[in-house]
Amino acid sequence: MTATQCGVFHESYGSDLQLRPTTMQRIRIVLVLAVVVILPLVANNYLIRISNSIIIAAIGAIGLNILVGYTGQISLGQGAFLAVGAYSSALLTTYYDIPWPIAVVLASFITAGIGMMFGIPSLRLKGLYLAVATLAAQQIVQWVLNNWDPIDGLQDGRATNALRIPDPKIFGYQLNQDEKAFYVFGVLILIAVVIVTVNLFRTHVGRAFIAIRDQDIAAEVMGVNIFRYKLLAFATSSFFVGLAGALLAQHSTAISWERFTIEISIQYLAMIIIGGLGTISGSIYGAIFITVLPELLREMGDFLTKSEVLNADDFRLYLPFIQRGAFGVAIVITLILEPEGIVKMWRDIKNYFRLWPFSY
Amino acid sequence: MTLSRFARPYEVNQPERHRLEVQNVSLSFGGVNALTSVSLTCEPGEILAIIGPNGAGKTSLLNCICSLYRPQRGRIVYHDRNLVTTSPHQLPKLGIARTFQNIELFSHMTVLDNLMLGRHIHMKKNIFTSMLYWGPGQREEIHHREFVEQVIDLLEIQHIRKQQVGSLAYGLQKRVELGRALAMNPGLLLLDEPMAGMNVEEKEDMARFILDINEEWGVTIILIEHDMGVVMDISDRVAVLDFGRLIALGTPHEVRANPQVIQAYLGQEHALMQE
Ligand SMILES: Nc1ncnc2c1ncn2[C@@H]1O[C@H](COP(=O)(O)OP(=O)(O)OP(=O)(O)O)[C@@H](O)[C@H]1O
Ligand SMILES: [Mg+2]
Repeated sequence: MTATQCGVFHESYGSDLQLRPTTMQRIRIVLVLAVVVILPLVANNYLIRISNSIIIAAIGAIGLNILVGYTGQISLGQGAFLAVGAYSSALLTTYYDIPWPIAVVLASFITAGIGMMFGIPSLRLKGLYLAVATLAAQQIVQWVLNNWDPIDGLQDGRATNALRIPDPKIFGYQLNQDEKAFYVFGVLILIAVVIVTVNLFRTHVGRAFIAIRDQDIAAEVMGVNIFRYKLLAFATSSFFVGLAGALLAQHSTAISWERFTIEISIQYLAMIIIGGLGTISGSIYGAIFITVLPELLREMGDFLTKSEVLNADDFRLYLPFIQRGAFGVAIVITLILEPEGIVKMWRDIKNYFRLWPFSY
Repeated sequence: MTLSRFARPYEVNQPERHRLEVQNVSLSFGGVNALTSVSLTCEPGEILAIIGPNGAGKTSLLNCICSLYRPQRGRIVYHDRNLVTTSPHQLPKLGIARTFQNIELFSHMTVLDNLMLGRHIHMKKNIFTSMLYWGPGQREEIHHREFVEQVIDLLEIQHIRKQQVGSLAYGLQKRVELGRALAMNPGLLLLDEPMAGMNVEEKEDMARFILDINEEWGVTIILIEHDMGVVMDISDRVAVLDFGRLIALGTPHEVRANPQVIQAYLGQEHALMQE
């Protein structure tokens, strides 16, 4: 036990249960916050736009991770739940003139409700069978998007397939145009989501989720009402996914069903697998990775075409395939090398340097 | 490293205890009769051992008591409730906890979190207080942590408190599983082979813990165990199952002398005689 002696000492259960107990973690938080604050000051508009995509993806990935990574309920319905969030916030602002911040919150609650409904099969179904059931959610929602008139994007009397929504404004900033303003707003929401989720998994509700994942029969015998907590996991998860969808709608102000297909569901699964199942920081790493990777590939391709190594037309043709292939390769590499994802790699590196140069 | 220094003096409320009555329980799987009209009672405060050869139906009986299996016939009554028609997740509210033959811990959680899950039913705060984690939500966690620390002290697992359960040695995992059940503060504790696969020293520790739990915490205990030495030492009464039937019930002394029991154990290297 000598090894753990040089750790942290807490003098009461209260301090032992505090949110961020160690100095190392405090330093890390300060560093991360520093990057978050400095970024908009030095980055160009393009980079901030990508950061905004990352923020939205991170919120969605945390939501999905609550369900898949923490509670062990595989879902292929992420795209559908994003859509529910996006379209409900859009419809609420467009047709009911509800101020957009309220619409975003309402949309998250609506998604939580719908998510809970599609969670009902989890009472009986597990693993892949449940995944197939959530696939049904995906198909149903997609069908509604395509066939229900109010959301078909009827504008000026002609169908456009894209729904335009009023510009979201806050304190005189127009969030859909002003990337920096959205960034500030988005970062604050992401921080709130992270804190709330960390808290959730320090208390009995979050523990019950993990218990269901690890050993559902034992959890039940310990008094966890499995069905209720599975539905709660679906609701909580969908709430954050709906929030991400609503932010997506407000960010782009024009939404169409192509952005919520099964492919998006799989992309989000890739995020949490690559980042780390059942971890919050992993969700964020994964969101960064999956958002940045295609951009990097495109940049690289642009560079190669400019230096005339590649033919520009060919490149444009193949880019989507290359991007998808890269996702696949990234997932396979993660699963083979480090099934616990980027989080684990980071932890290993940290441990290595903590003992450096005396490792071994 | 010990937090126990700061813990309150050792003091646990005696849990509510009731008599358990198993009445004519029959259970079959397809053609296999796992239990055939088994009747027995377990008095508050006693240690009742269930023994019997492999496949005799011991685990099945335990599973019926904690509502995981639905017997086709019979009633199981505890605190005026028929457990046969109760859902498993409601049993902890009646004060019934159990461990499993093949350890069923939450292997990715720490020891502490496993034990804290044992407090689940005593936690009242909802998901919103959980997410905010201030005031009442936080106080509730701290309050239950204090109880859990007493369990940790009793089972002498202070040093592994923050370790992931999956990485622990088998014997320690068994101890943690006992701790998780005990954290619930049950009145009736069902233990399915708590000493299986342990060495002599670990078995002695475990026997000591079981006696402590029974005597100091006042918990009624039903345990399944193959080691006859231990069974004869710690149990007040012994029930013997063979091919799903209850063939004997009495003090260890009576049971050992029972010809039917000796018959059932014939060919099993006279396990009863050796002791
Ligand atoms: N879920 C089940 N499905 C089908 N048959 C079962 C099931 N559970 C138990 N059985 C059968 O019931 C009988 C009794 O099994 P049980 O597990 O209760 O025995 P046991 O006394 O605990 O044995 P052991 O000492 O090996 O643990 C066995 O024949 C077993 O095959
Ligand atoms: Mg058994």
